[in-house]
Amino acid sequence: MSDDMDFEEDGTVKKFMFVNRKAPYGTIYALEGLEVVLISAAFDQDVSLAFLDDGVFQLVKGQKTEGIEMKNFSPTYRALEGYDIEKLYVERESLEARGLTEDDLLVDVQVMSAAEMGDMMAQQDVVISF
Amino acid sequence: MKFAIMVNEGPYTHQATDSAYQFAKAAIAKGHEITRVFFYHDGVNNGTRLTVPPQDDRHIVNRWSEMAAQHNIDLVICIAAAQRRGLLDENEAKRQGKDANNIAPGFRISGLGQLVEAGIQSDRLVVFGD
Repeated sequence: MSDDMDFEEDGTVKKFMFVNRKAPYGTIYALEGLEVVLISAAFDQDVSLAFLDDGVFQLVKGQKTEGIEMKNFSPTYRALEGYDIEKLYVERESLEARGLTEDDLLVDVQVMSAAEMGDMMAQQDVVISF
Repeated sequence: MKFAIMVNEGPYTHQATDSAYQFAKAAIAKGHEITRVFFYHDGVNNGTRLTVPPQDDRHIVNRWSEMAAQHNIDLVICIAAAQRRGLLDENEAKRQGKDANNIAPGFRISGLGQLVEAGIQSDRLVVFGD
């Protein structure tokens, strides 16, 4: 908390977590969620992304979307590093329930248990879920 | 306490906007401040002045407008989400060469930065969605 107080003067830095829970296609939540993440990078906040439930599908390699006439926006996750967004957390249980492993994902992530994810969420100042 | 609210679902289809409104009402009644309500995803549809709900039903859009006027709440509709869904104010209609606008009183159209800013400046950002 004392750190937070120090920042009040010249610009607060808060811990923002964006929680991605939905499959990349089928609804617009993942795409519009990613738009918020990209904007947040301009505010010099401590940003992290969590992927759980069907949200883990957002990071799966080899997405081919021509058949549904949608833009494949998955390369954007690889570009996040360039925005200094490097904290990507994936829930192990969600991966396992869907027969996925870390090797199926297109970016480097930190895989953690649901309990660890809960701890991580509890440390945040702002949690926005999509 | 300073609260900011995010509404991610449209009126009438989903409970989220009703819950957000009831939360705001209760918070104000307890002496808290609602600084901003940010409308995203289909939530932008809360800001059209063209809805005509049955007379014996709640008027969700007018309810937001009245609350904003009474308690000086900043109602912000995300521009990117609004453009996809046909929500326009006078300036945007002109800029996009459209023949009409539909934004309700008390609402304004602005960028996603307003959401991140609300997260930084308020004590709590409460998200209402699916």
